[in-house]
Amino acid sequence: MDNHASYKSLINIWLFLIFLTVVTVGAAQIDFGALNVLIAIFIASIKAGVVAYHFMHLKHEDGLTWIYASYPIFLLFLLISFTLTDMFSRVIN
Amino acid sequence: MSEEQEKNYLDNGEGFRSWFFTVDHKRIGVMYLWAIGVFFIVAAIASFLLRAEHLTPGPTIVNADTYNVLFTLHGSMMVFLFIVPGVAASFGNFLIPLMIGAKDVIFPKLNLYSFWLYLAGALIFMLALAAPADTGWTFYTPYSIETGANVILITFGVFVLGFSSILTGINFIVTMHKLRAPGMTWDRLPLFCWAAYATSLLQVLATPVVGITLLLLIGERYFGLGFFDPAKGGDPVMFQHFFWFYSHPAVYIMILPAMGIVSEIMPVFARKPIFGYKAIAYASLAIALISFLVWGHHMFVSGQSKLVNIIFSVITYAVAVPTAIKVFNWLWTLYKGSIELSTAMLYSLAFIFLFTIGGLTGLFLGALAADVHLHDTYFVVAHMHYVMIGGTVFGFFAALHFWYPKMWGRMFDEFKAKIAFVLIFIGFNVAFFPQFIMGTLGMPRRYFNYAPEFQSLHVVSTYGTWIIGIGFILMLWNLMRPLPGKAPANPYNSLSLEWSMDSPPGTFNFDDIPTVTEPVYNYGTKIEEGA
Repeated sequence: MDNHASYKSLINIWLFLIFLTVVTVGAAQIDFGALNVLIAIFIASIKAGVVAYHFMHLKHEDGLTWIYASYPIFLLFLLISFTLTDMFSRVIN
Repeated sequence: MSEEQEKNYLDNGEGFRSWFFTVDHKRIGVMYLWAIGVFFIVAAIASFLLRAEHLTPGPTIVNADTYNVLFTLHGSMMVFLFIVPGVAASFGNFLIPLMIGAKDVIFPKLNLYSFWLYLAGALIFMLALAAPADTGWTFYTPYSIETGANVILITFGVFVLGFSSILTGINFIVTMHKLRAPGMTWDRLPLFCWAAYATSLLQVLATPVVGITLLLLIGERYFGLGFFDPAKGGDPVMFQHFFWFYSHPAVYIMILPAMGIVSEIMPVFARKPIFGYKAIAYASLAIALISFLVWGHHMFVSGQSKLVNIIFSVITYAVAVPTAIKVFNWLWTLYKGSIELSTAMLYSLAFIFLFTIGGLTGLFLGALAADVHLHDTYFVVAHMHYVMIGGTVFGFFAALHFWYPKMWGRMFDEFKAKIAFVLIFIGFNVAFFPQFIMGTLGMPRRYFNYAPEFQSLHVVSTYGTWIIGIGFILMLWNLMRPLPGKAPANPYNSLSLEWSMDSPPGTFNFDDIPTVTEPVYNYGTKIEEGA
């Protein structure tokens, strides 16, 4: 199986990533309050997903590789959610 | 058969280059074994000094600062240079391809690269000893940010070691998916391989978190970033969250391969099929999965919220279930077995006994109210050592003896090995059981000084380490002096694939890839028929 993408496709993806970087910088100029971090993480996640899907060849892989690639997202969710639950539910005497 | 294939892996090439640039999984496994063995001895010497220091209250042989350095050296070296890579990298490398019927791991060059990374990490670690850290192996903030000792070099060493661990894990996972011999279905896979698979999952998924955490720590020290500094909006407890998110699964990186070893040895010397094969295999995976959900039980008294404390306490109890499944299945394997008390079997039986004590005392610490009393006392030290030495190290010693003929092509003196076992077993309990008592009486861990009423228990504990030391030296001396003559291919009548070839194996393991036609633990049928 030829897993090599065409130059045109690679350049398009690269341009899309540049575009998202510009969006990230732009979004950082506006104060969304509590949403600042969420917006930055959302854009970064799209970029990471595009890189994993195209450049790391996930689009050519089978279900097992997808499970391996997706499971860390669940673990990251666990790490963030438990840590935030701790921080938001602490009672400071 | 080519001449190269006829040679066993030990004889196929001599000199530094033939080892340092080899891609043979067996040679890489042996190099790991020597490397972790050296670090184990260095870290053990530090522990003997620590125990000797406690012969009397106050200064005995070192001052307080040196004591802090010694326990940091002991803990970090034992964890990051010996016990985490330990069994998985050494015996995992040597055995997995042999057990699944493959000629090597799937990425042999990556395998060598991960060994080099291990050496690079160890070298950085050693350089750090020129100005050693005094933080303990956990590098907790805020102390690790504020101390004048050299924290960055040692944490960077751990960071590099983490990459080695990840690459080994990836290699083993893909090897077991892609290179199993025909007929080696998942439900015929040796339980050591199942354990190594679960371990590899943890290595791949958890290790990046500690890598990032240590980078944040380095950034905090160098650039004052403020992730863990409350004055800058950071949170020191967040470091503990991140650190234990890796380091609790790392406990299972340490123990799971030893469980796999015991699962291999039990049926051989009980002459019975392993009881509950699937339960043990799936319990390994369950332990790996649940281990990601319990990290907060290290932080019950660190200021973590009550709600999260309760959640982590409940989940901590859940991890006892798959662990107990394994212990019960090993016991049932022994039931009505024709038990032969070989040295490897003795270490395996001791593993069950000691690991059960270690595991059950873990439940004391998982209970919120009890943990408030026991946290950071010698009870924790005893619990951890019952799991890490009683579990992992005894499993490691069992493997050293069990696969000795296969690895070196020679036999060892069983009688001397058994005397060494008795000394190590007695010494271990004399050293660490009093620490449970000291802990419940309130003796804090990591303290240079102690109240005079603890002296008698400290002295007993120290004497215990001396007995362990004598036993260990005897064990090492015995293993370094093999009996004359070549070891038979299968001295224990094992049915596992690694015993189907010469001892030691040829460079490419199998002349022809074997076809597996029956379960790996078919004892009590085939062997007796053949006898």
